[in-house]
Amino acid sequence: MQVKEEFKPTIVAFCCNWCSYAGADLSGTNRLQYPANVKIIRIPCSCRLNPMFILRAFQRGADGVILCGCHPGDCHYTTGNYYARRRMTLLFSMLDYLGIERERTRVEWVSAAEGAKFAATMNDFVETVTKLGENKRLEDLRCKSE
Amino acid sequence: MQERVKAKAIELLESGVCDRVLGWKAGEFFYDVTPAVFTSREEIEKEFVFGPFCGANMSKYLIAESRKEGKKVGAFLKPCDTYSFQQLQKEHRIWRENVYAVGVQCEGMCDIEALKAAGIKGILGAEGSGDTLTVHTLYGDKSVERKAVLAERCACCKSKKLLGCDEIVGEQGEELESARFEQVAKLEAMTPDERFAFWRGELSRCIRCNACRNVCPACSCEKCVFDNPNSGIENKAASNSFEENLFHIIRAFHVAGRCTDCGECSRVCPQHIPLHLLNRKFIKDINELYGEYQAGADMDTRPPLMNFQMDDPEPSVVHERGSDQ
Amino acid sequence: MKKCPISQLDALFAALAAQQKLYIPTGEAKTAAFKPWEEGMKLTDALNTVRSAKDLFFPQVENLVNFKVTGKEIEIIENRDPAEPFVVFGVRACDCRSFDILDKVFLCDPVDTYYQTRRENGVIMTMACTEPEETCFCTAFGIDPTDPAGDVSCWTDSENLYLRANTEKGEKLLSGLPMLSEGDAPAADKSVFERLPLKNLPLDKFGGEHMMELFNRPEWKGLAESCLGCGTCTFVCPTCQCYDIKEFNTGDEIKRFRCWDSCMYSDFTLMSAGQPRPTQLERFRQRFMHKLVYYPSTHDGEFGCVGCGRCLQKCPISMNIVKVAKTLGEEKE
Repeated sequence: MQVKEEFKPTIVAFCCNWCSYAGADLSGTNRLQYPANVKIIRIPCSCRLNPMFILRAFQRGADGVILCGCHPGDCHYTTGNYYARRRMTLLFSMLDYLGIERERTRVEWVSAAEGAKFAATMNDFVETVTKLGENKRLEDLRCKSE
Repeated sequence: MQERVKAKAIELLESGVCDRVLGWKAGEFFYDVTPAVFTSREEIEKEFVFGPFCGANMSKYLIAESRKEGKKVGAFLKPCDTYSFQQLQKEHRIWRENVYAVGVQCEGMCDIEALKAAGIKGILGAEGSGDTLTVHTLYGDKSVERKAVLAERCACCKSKKLLGCDEIVGEQGEELESARFEQVAKLEAMTPDERFAFWRGELSRCIRCNACRNVCPACSCEKCVFDNPNSGIENKAASNSFEENLFHIIRAFHVAGRCTDCGECSRVCPQHIPLHLLNRKFIKDINELYGEYQAGADMDTRPPLMNFQMDDPEPSVVHERGSDQ
Repeated sequence: MKKCPISQLDALFAALAAQQKLYIPTGEAKTAAFKPWEEGMKLTDALNTVRSAKDLFFPQVENLVNFKVTGKEIEIIENRDPAEPFVVFGVRACDCRSFDILDKVFLCDPVDTYYQTRRENGVIMTMACTEPEETCFCTAFGIDPTDPAGDVSCWTDSENLYLRANTEKGEKLLSGLPMLSEGDAPAADKSVFERLPLKNLPLDKFGGEHMMELFNRPEWKGLAESCLGCGTCTFVCPTCQCYDIKEFNTGDEIKRFRCWDSCMYSDFTLMSAGQPRPTQLERFRQRFMHKLVYYPSTHDGEFGCVGCGRCLQKCPISMNIVKVAKTLGEEKE
């Protein structure tokens, strides 16, 4: 009998160099577990995240995309995350408007000291996306390998 | 109104204020008017028109026209056009000192497709005053209610105010109470599945002709990211649904906070995709989350996406909405 | 000639669709399109579809071939659609003429086998026009909209659909359809076509002879001035045939696509040395010179336009081939 393989979502996490990227490191050195299917991409600031990056991540097979940046007020460049906050709010709202599941995208503020929060956030996000299943509504059929 | 606009155009040329004026040129029929530059009295007398089918937004042409050598360019702008005109000045795209802007009172523009959708074929001409239009066709005369054939954007006009003009022909108008977000709200009230089905149905008709982008006064980049072969997303035709979504989401996002809701994107779409509903969604969200904002309404406020407040709502506000919204 | 009662139209479509894929023009006027027939589908009220019947033979996007690299091996995977027979019903005389024009481009040496396969497998059923739009000007190019070509020509009156097979393919299609009986269509009323406002286009000057004179005419500047550079006219045109080849890296393999291109685009025929037509004026001129001068100069004077009127209806700024022809073709006083 063929056993159906459990669905493991691909998660892309864009992490700010100055906080959550270090937070991910910290959770690693503290031996906190989070799923291996979270792929971290380092960006210099949360406001570097072009909406195109999110869509392209979905195109290339991501099932969920999360942005982690410094807590509001703590941006390394003073105000970058405030701009990112507005952009992401509007983008997520637009994706929702087009009927694309809103739980597939998320923003969390994670500082360099919050290794535990990083791991908990990723665990929770992976769980949410696993429940949603494969990204079907924003997929690029060309990039699906048979 | 046409005679007053034409007289003004001739006056601008002959008084030496301008050496060319931007207006609408008559076509083969009464409705297929083309934006054009006029340089002589004869041309204006013969070909200049202003009527219920002069829907094209003239402000984008001023980007190139205002950079040309010579005297000022005279431009005739409808209320919608003046919002785009101010927005483009804010973005330093139009050189204001080279433009003589004449605001023109607008009664709302008609949509030839709406006339045809009313079942009228072989249209040769339309005329009439007040609420009824008499339409001459290959098959005889027919009359229609003017209100029924207004363009969507004019049926829910947001403002008849003429902004930042050197002069006004006709009456200055007021900002209006508009029901323009009704359709957006209707979509928001649907389930995600219904919304997805709605947008797939609409966007799947896209033929990537780029008319929406090329006509848009907010899309004034010298080189569009979708035209750049090095961007990795350049595509001339959408090979699957992802590319249709990508193009329209990114285009709407690029103009978010700068879109004046002039409605040109939907007017020009050969496939009648209601693209204005994407832009209006951003405008509605911005209004609700960050306070009322009308792009192009003034010369000094910061566009909402180039601005922030310490206490802006978190992105999770999107997730916290009711499950059916 | 055969006839079929209008009440039997659905049965006729069902019988045709049972043998091969059937496309009919359907949908409301604003978005009318050729779609695969399904039970209960109605013919559109619109005179013509937004996009032409060309799409079924030369689709907007087509995955030609894939490449897969494993180690030092490159595998080439042909990606043709299987050669399926199909029928297109309700093609207008103008769209039907466009296939003559496309054939001369795609079926001359070297033959475009993708297009050829579809041409061989497709049966075209045309429909005569009775109520033209004001934008119609096919008669200017010698097309008779009341007597369309194609494999099968069709006429309607209030009671019957009349069908005449013109080719072997058409004969074969009509044979063995039980709802058909013998019957002749009443003579067509051509008077309305005499009243079409654009029926007399000044085309005498166009063609190969005056190529350089037309090319250098100063009027191009004024005509091209307000062109937005979008591709609407080219994409709704039944005779535009330019395409581009694009490759897409999926991360796993390379997919090679052919997609329509438009001479109105800034990156049309872009080369490493740059764009040979640097401004919109040259690009605009290219489109109309191609239709009215270059094409006839290499194809015995046949114009590359069929007068369907789509560009007249769809151009965002209402600049079109009629305005160009009138501006350049009319004798100056």
